Amino acid sequence: MRRYSAFAIAREAARYHTGWERAWASPEPKKKYDVIIVGAGGHGLATAFYLGKNFGITNVAIIEKGWLGGGNTGRNTTIIRSNYLQDSSAAIYEKARSLYETMSQDLNYNVMFSPRGVMMLAQTEHEVRGYQRTAHANALQGVKTEFIGPERVKELCPIICIDGPRYPVLGALWQERGGTGRHDAVAWGYARACSDMGMDIIQKCEVVGVRSSGGKVVGVDTTKGPIDCDKLGLVVAGNSGALANMAGFRLPMESVALQALVSEPIKPCMDVVVMANTVHGYMSQSDKGEMVIGGGTDGFNNYTQRGSFHHIEETVRALVETFPIISRLKMLRQWGGIVDVTGDRSPVIGKTPLGNCFINAGWGTGGFKAIPGGGWATAELIAKGEPGPLAAEFGMERFIEGRFIDESVAAGVAH
Amino acid sequence: MLTLQCPYCGVWAEETELHAEGEAHLKRFGPGSDDADFESYLFMRENPKGVHFERWRHSHGCGKFFHAARCTMTLKVFGTYPAQTLEPPQDIKDRISETYPGWTWRNFK
Ligand SMILES: Cc1cc2nc3c(=O)[nH]c(=O)nc-3n(C[C@H](O)[C@H](O)[C@H](O)COP(=O)(O)OP(=O)(O)OC[C@H]3O[C@@H](n4cnc5c(N)ncnc54)[C@H](O)[C@@H]3O)c2cc1C
Repeated sequence: MRRYSAFAIAREAARYHTGWERAWASPEPKKKYDVIIVGAGGHGLATAFYLGKNFGITNVAIIEKGWLGGGNTGRNTTIIRSNYLQDSSAAIYEKARSLYETMSQDLNYNVMFSPRGVMMLAQTEHEVRGYQRTAHANALQGVKTEFIGPERVKELCPIICIDGPRYPVLGALWQERGGTGRHDAVAWGYARACSDMGMDIIQKCEVVGVRSSGGKVVGVDTTKGPIDCDKLGLVVAGNSGALANMAGFRLPMESVALQALVSEPIKPCMDVVVMANTVHGYMSQSDKGEMVIGGGTDGFNNYTQRGSFHHIEETVRALVETFPIISRLKMLRQWGGIVDVTGDRSPVIGKTPLGNCFINAGWGTGGFKAIPGGGWATAELIAKGEPGPLAAEFGMERFIEGRFIDESVAAGVAH
Repeated sequence: MLTLQCPYCGVWAEETELHAEGEAHLKRFGPGSDDADFESYLFMRENPKGVHFERWRHSHGCGKFFHAARCTMTLKVFGTYPAQTLEPPQDIKDRISETYPGWTWRNFK
């Protein structure tokens, strides 16, 4: 792989950009791999990357039914934070956040990680108490966050109306090293690194069946024919139910549409991420100047990848109240992704009833921020066959044991 | 926008007038049941790509709970029916078979 650098740009400029290589190869599938990962979203690609980097396992195929990063990884609003309440969540999300800090260097690919700060507004007394509790929990977990008052909120984000008529801003949970990243680049950067390690990324190839014998997976059937493997990783977010169905087990998850929208670009007006959970909306400004807005999930199961119309109105209404200056902005685009939501709003990383089949799913509305941490933990699980410390609490058994990882802050609108 | 007809009051209601209440025909398990049944009842939901049976509530209308058979990929509604039943009516099952010959959902086919 030719490295990207300032020198490479100068070199290519001097020869009319004829020397750039393809970022990743598009091979035909081999007959068999040590590990097959289904789903080339961020988590699938990161899992493959850390299998290679941390465990030297490189005879790996990543099979994707569409194009890589075309699932939720390319559809999210890119908020990265780790201010979760429970210890096991804080550990994996903070691991991920810290890996984001150096990801551009590690992958030699600019993922535009922008630790601009994430603010979660407290607009009711309950939220004030809840976020103060989270700030204390974060202090114990070693995650740097603080609870700030309304004046500081206004100082950090002058366009917020802090004394709104319905829900005045009473304070906020502030994580200075949270922020945003370039979602496509995260997928592309991992894909390029995986391809460089000799892994096969097979796009436009749908897994349509999981073959097993004696309680173990032997391979998958795909639209490009059968492919065998020693171990299988299912990392397909909203389609986890469908894959589990093929493999013959059930999951504690339901799939719903979550949507987002962006406005026309305007001059820079906010340089932090603001989430307003009471009124249900959140917003940040992209480098192009668009306001990136996230909305709510549908109340009913679906795979439509668009979402219900009324959520757009509800979201925009909430945000106009919070940020009056956006009231005349035109919205440019709206889209949806299918998110996989578990009973306790925390992900599942763990074993399945099939001995050599592992799953990473259930990130629901908030797994972009977790990509490097989720990949790290899932690679360890697949390589060793047992979860390491990061994944230990996230197995599906927790639902039978009643050992939930209740993350109300990860639910609904908060990302 | 998704619209469903309330089988009680007959109103065609938009989804904003309704509340989705999750999977229909759940078999309930309580104290004394084994762990797997209890887990399955509480957390293991059907999550099909295709036909799904759900409970809805006409919350901003007559207030009644009812059931709906709906495709999760196209949002096509195969029919709605009262909640006081353990199984969807045959005409709805037949309508589903026109779109999905050989469909199954839990114990229904
Ligand atoms: C609108 C929206 C906003 C969001 N905002 C945020 C946010 O601000 N911050 C945050 O942290 N998270 C956010 N999320 C959540 C985040 O996007 C996801 O949790 C995360 O991207 C999941 O990554 P993944 O790799 O598991 O899934 P995906 O990126 O969805 O990848 C799964 C892949 O599997 C493929 N696949 C499925 N079935 C098959 C098959 N049968 N065969 C082969 N391939 C298959 C799919 O095509 C897909 O590419 C948001 C999500 C949405 C939809």
